[in-house]
Amino acid sequence: MTRPTPIQFDPAELDSLLACPSCDALLRDREVTLGEVSRCPRCHHAMETPRSLAMTRIMMLAMAALILVFAAVYFPFLRIDAEGFSSSSTVIETILAYSGSRTGFLSFTLAALIVFIPAARFIALIYVLGPMAIGWHPAPYAGTAFRIAGYLRPWAMAEIFIVGVAVALVKVAGLAHVTVGPAFWALVALVIVTIFKDTSMSRVTVWKTLNARKIS
Amino acid sequence: MSSPDLASLQRVWAWLLAGLTVYIPANIYPMLRTTTFGRTTDNTIIGGVADLWAHGDYMVGLVVFVASVVVPLFKFVVIAYLSFSIINPVAVGPWRRQMLFEIVEFIGRWSMIDVFVVAILASLVQLDFTASIKPGIAAVSFALSVVFTMLAALAFDSRLLWMNVGGQEVGDET
Repeated sequence: MTRPTPIQFDPAELDSLLACPSCDALLRDREVTLGEVSRCPRCHHAMETPRSLAMTRIMMLAMAALILVFAAVYFPFLRIDAEGFSSSSTVIETILAYSGSRTGFLSFTLAALIVFIPAARFIALIYVLGPMAIGWHPAPYAGTAFRIAGYLRPWAMAEIFIVGVAVALVKVAGLAHVTVGPAFWALVALVIVTIFKDTSMSRVTVWKTLNARKIS
Repeated sequence: MSSPDLASLQRVWAWLLAGLTVYIPANIYPMLRTTTFGRTTDNTIIGGVADLWAHGDYMVGLVVFVASVVVPLFKFVVIAYLSFSIINPVAVGPWRRQMLFEIVEFIGRWSMIDVFVVAILASLVQLDFTASIKPGIAAVSFALSVVFTMLAALAFDSRLLWMNVGGQEVGDET
């Protein structure tokens, strides 16, 4: 198998080159105007999607999401009544459902996937984008925090949990009378906010802003 | 940013094999243990889908079937095929394979649904004698299988798909 041959270019040109994160094509950077989407010509990966006030918007959405996480954790999301018995379920109780001897490890996994990883991601984004939104220099280790937020992204599963709640609701509906609690709506709102936040965020744009505002 | 490395394929194969290994007990052992009026029934993943289907909940049955059977199998096949395609010539072009990879990356997490459903049911349905639900051991192996295949997908460096693709050395962002 042949390795790609290294290409020669002027080191002065280095700052104006971008590597596509998806296929590694080397691209000449250009000014991307607001509202535009720039793509890699080879694999069509969306490189930059600058939007006006994007930093402020993402930070606000991350803050809203963080508050919603707390609401979703403390209030019950489903309640059932059958034969005079009733029982309701909060996210904490759901996590503890696996705390039996053989399935205990799943409790930790669930707690991480539904609560801690999403929360950590929102906190990291607020930490990185907060100073950007009000025009300050980036906070110390902002780059590291942003990289960690990227690593955590596939492991934040709040939106999958909400579909799980819907499936459970249908499964139990035949067995008992089911009512949804306040945390259910908090979770739905959380999913919508997360989707808005992820679609309005472009990694290349954030990195460029971080670099431009760095104290050198 | 580090360069794409062929050795990373070793990690992909290792995680994939681990995922496949725990996927077998996940389908054999019970996922749910339901007790109604003192009678206990065990449900495997497929059994749960069959139950939903028998009750006429076709849409939900389909969601669970796709998330816990179709998606995991699709993931095993696609990740193995993509890793194979890095070293061996295949008919499918890099653009198509890149798309396959993005699909696998996107849908992989959704297999977790069934693990969540089991936890929700177990915490919710605790009506003493009338009905109670406990999670089975398969939930653990299934969750592990999802995590391992997600790690396999993350270990796969999509830039390897483009290593032998020539074209412009330095292109323009379009």
